Amino acid sequence: MELIIREKIKQVKKGDQTAFEDVVMFYQDKIYQHCLRMLGNQHEAEDIAQEAFIRAYVNIHSYDERRKFSTWLYRIATNLTIDRLRKRKPDYYLDAEVKGTDGLDMYSQLAADEKLPEDELEGLELQTYIQKQIAELPSKYRSIIMLRYLEDFSLQEISEILDIPIGTVKTRIHRGREALRKKLRHV
Amino acid sequence: MDCHKKALELMHKHLDGDITRAEEHELKVHLEECLACQKHLHELKRTVTLIQSTERIKAPEGFASKVMDQLPIEKKRVRYLRWFKMHPVLTAAAIFFIFMLTGLFSVWEKDTQLMVSNPENLIVKGDLVIVPEGVTVDGDLVVQNGNLRIDGTVDGNVTLINGKLVDETDVLDSDGLMASVGAVNGELKEVDAVFEWVWYHIQNLVKGVFAFGD
Ligand SMILES: [Zn+2]
Repeated sequence: MELIIREKIKQVKKGDQTAFEDVVMFYQDKIYQHCLRMLGNQHEAEDIAQEAFIRAYVNIHSYDERRKFSTWLYRIATNLTIDRLRKRKPDYYLDAEVKGTDGLDMYSQLAADEKLPEDELEGLELQTYIQKQIAELPSKYRSIIMLRYLEDFSLQEISEILDIPIGTVKTRIHRGREALRKKLRHV
Repeated sequence: MDCHKKALELMHKHLDGDITRAEEHELKVHLEECLACQKHLHELKRTVTLIQSTERIKAPEGFASKVMDQLPIEKKRVRYLRWFKMHPVLTAAAIFFIFMLTGLFSVWEKDTQLMVSNPENLIVKGDLVIVPEGVTVDGDLVVQNGNLRIDGTVDGNVTLINGKLVDETDVLDSDGLMASVGAVNGELKEVDAVFEWVWYHIQNLVKGVFAFGD
């Protein structure tokens, strides 16, 4: 797959726009999921994920083909989500809590996914609970936990995506794991 | 207590896969005698499994096309070229129709006069073009609406449109001529009918378009 993407990127660099659609198709779920888990809001996540792809397209010539494309793409997406989190007004969270929608809608999205058989219902509740615990982690831990365990990047790659020293990545992943362990040990 | 703390650090190193053999041994020794740390490591591993078990979220319907709609418009040239490359037959047909619309057949009428692609050093007698002895045409030679006699050499392809290759005395087939008279160091092609003429032009046009793209 990496090879096909590599070929597509070459075509995009030559100015072939349709080749980029295949790149979007291949990464859209991952990037959207990453944005949604970072932001906890579907509209914002879709917005930011689209923006990430558009920026990747516009800046494709600055992408160095010797490196992994996904690392480069995630870096764009992560920077955009961090930026968006920073720009949120303090009352965003207050409003969100009052309305009880924002920040929770990713769980309702999961819950809305068709009707599930009985035995999966319990699993879904557990799922919801785990997702909630991840979502409540401070964003600096959350991003690393997701990149490592949901998106399978190495610590070195995470250090490149987030542009922080590998030592910091290690410290944060330890703390993130410990924080989640405390929350999930009884489930 | 300190001992647990050290073990905890080693557990995380173990989970990140950068533990040394000596450290691994140290951790193992501690775990064998410390139930609390055993439990702790088990919980950490379970936490990782739980995180990894969470459902994968899909992008909303139409996500990719929304992205594509927002991209800056690509250069037109690239878009046309891609279309040509994807539809070579349609391209040829389209060019054919453009020819028709722009008065191809009136061009054909006008085209009945003699034309030579590179007439330097060649002799023209009526509708006969001669490559004289000792003369070398450097490159392809195209003669339209006339016959060609080669006493010298053509260093390239020869195309005759609406004409024939002749020798001093008579009209011979091209094989015989190429053996007996001057040399053609390339392909010899004779184009007679109007459709072949059109096809010849289309091929040249298509070749030109693609050469332009690369
Ligand atoms: Zn211990």
